[in-house]
Amino acid sequence: MNFFKRTIPLIIAFIMGIMMAFQYYVPHEASQSLLKVVTRWGITIAGFAVFIGAYSLFHLHWNKIKRKVPGWGYSTFVFFGAGITIIFGLYNGGEFFLHDKQEGTMFDWMYFNVQVPAGATMFSILAFFMASAAYRTFRARTSEATILLIAAVIVMLGRVPVGALIWEYLPPIADWIMSVPNMAAKRGILIGVSIGAIATSLRIIFGIERAYLGGGD
Amino acid sequence: MYKIFLTFILSILILQYASATTADEAGSLIPPADFQAFDTPNDNAKSVSLRWPSSPSESAAAEYVVYASLRKNTPFITEVLRINSKTMYEEGSDSNFHYVEIKPGKFFNKDSDVTGGRSSYFFKLVMMSNSENVTVNEIASATPKGNWFNWKKLNNFIILITFSALVFWFIEHAKKNPNLYLRKISGLDAIDDALGRATEMGKPVLYVHGLNGMGSISTIAAVNILGRIAIRVAEYDTTLKVSNIDPIVMSVSQEVVKESYLEAGRPDAYVQDNVFMAASEQFPYVAAVSGIMIREKTAANFFMGYFYAESLILAETGASTGAIQIAATDSYTQLPFFITTCDYTLIGEELYAASAYLSREPLLLGSLRAQDIAKGIIISALVIGAALATVGIGFISFLFKAS
Repeated sequence: MNFFKRTIPLIIAFIMGIMMAFQYYVPHEASQSLLKVVTRWGITIAGFAVFIGAYSLFHLHWNKIKRKVPGWGYSTFVFFGAGITIIFGLYNGGEFFLHDKQEGTMFDWMYFNVQVPAGATMFSILAFFMASAAYRTFRARTSEATILLIAAVIVMLGRVPVGALIWEYLPPIADWIMSVPNMAAKRGILIGVSIGAIATSLRIIFGIERAYLGGGD
Repeated sequence: MYKIFLTFILSILILQYASATTADEAGSLIPPADFQAFDTPNDNAKSVSLRWPSSPSESAAAEYVVYASLRKNTPFITEVLRINSKTMYEEGSDSNFHYVEIKPGKFFNKDSDVTGGRSSYFFKLVMMSNSENVTVNEIASATPKGNWFNWKKLNNFIILITFSALVFWFIEHAKKNPNLYLRKISGLDAIDDALGRATEMGKPVLYVHGLNGMGSISTIAAVNILGRIAIRVAEYDTTLKVSNIDPIVMSVSQEVVKESYLEAGRPDAYVQDNVFMAASEQFPYVAAVSGIMIREKTAANFFMGYFYAESLILAETGASTGAIQIAATDSYTQLPFFITTCDYTLIGEELYAASAYLSREPLLLGSLRAQDIAKGIIISALVIGAALATVGIGFISFLFKAS
């Protein structure tokens, strides 16, 4: 059992890891074909994995309804929403699912009039959260918070027309903050991330890091 | 009278000759002296390169046109390139040569003429202006071939090999000397406190994966951390909820948590429904996870992986419920939001270091030491490179040049 749960995945990770690492340096058609095949495998696996995801979602909410856990009523909307979407998706404007997806169907109507506005509503909440998070951060209790506050005020004012009216040097100072200290910090993080990603990849490829297989080592 | 007439005729002839000579000098095109075609190096057999020296008659009004054919003796009727004569200079040639890459597959059916399994292409260069065309005498030909190594990436390859050797050297070193010093990472030291608090309060621990799939290295790092956290959660006998946006990540997370519970000796405590698919889209996922935080009053929230615009909504909702929050992400655009709203934030590479740091295994710690040494080398290269570049020596910049 340990052979199938540990050894086989480690061998696959090693072979594929080495192959895909070298693939980056080989421009030959054979290398490009390999990349295409692996990418297609990924897409195929992802397609089948949708069923696992759907099963998990329905199983979780079905159990909530069955056990009448607090708030179980919300779980009924999962089945209601998914059911209606699946029915209209399969109906496909009268053409049914054997034909290409039709435009302007009830399925599209639900997408554009329910899912898109609901998503936009969630996104718009971000503005309020930004304000509350900024208020907490900019209380200037420490010297770092004070520097952050000053930099943020300069950048915010420098990016709007009124900034230049207040003081003509605000926009160039804001640009300098973004392109020099901000860019330097960003690149520093990116260099660290890249080195960390390579080290993690090496640990996984050579079987040193096995936590992704579950348990310790 | 006769003399005047003769002088007039002579003057006309001289003027005509002079104007003809001037027109010839100003208008006649001098074609480039040489025209070469060759397989484009470091490619996948999709293109051929053309190179020719600049002509003295290049001007804004003159153009270079390249025609191609599959046979040398057939008419060249397929136009594959038309450029202004003062463009497409070869890099580093100081405008002395033109260089273009052509993808003949765009213009020809590659099966129509195959020589030794590959198509050869013939090219003719014509220089054109408003009044005349001149054709370069040579017909150049090339056969595109796939290359087995991209030499433009040699520096990248050497850096990879060097860094890999460094990692393995430090791993070997760590085997002999297991007590390696590593700098303290407060966010990871706080994990035990967060789990202890959740246990004391009898509230669940929420582990939120980022939005990327299993193909992203940050998701793999997040799954590695999940494995370590799940062991401790199982030992503390508290509830761990893991929300997922990707079904593959969910399946892997279920296995990881199950194995961790098994290793902790608590397989009975594992509940598959606690590692669940919350939603498959960004904002429905945010709504689902935020709802869980508010309804179940989770005591500790972990945000690990790559996040996008949802980071602030999730972390701010968690902060409003009073949960201890630890975030780790390599998404630098979302870092400010996590730093603002979470108790501890692991920045960039600390996400990748977390699993090794938590395990305290010498082999894993060795690779962390190698990371620190590599960073030291890069910092030195940056400082020395900046100093050398300031005095006009671009050697180090060349070493790190991306292809």
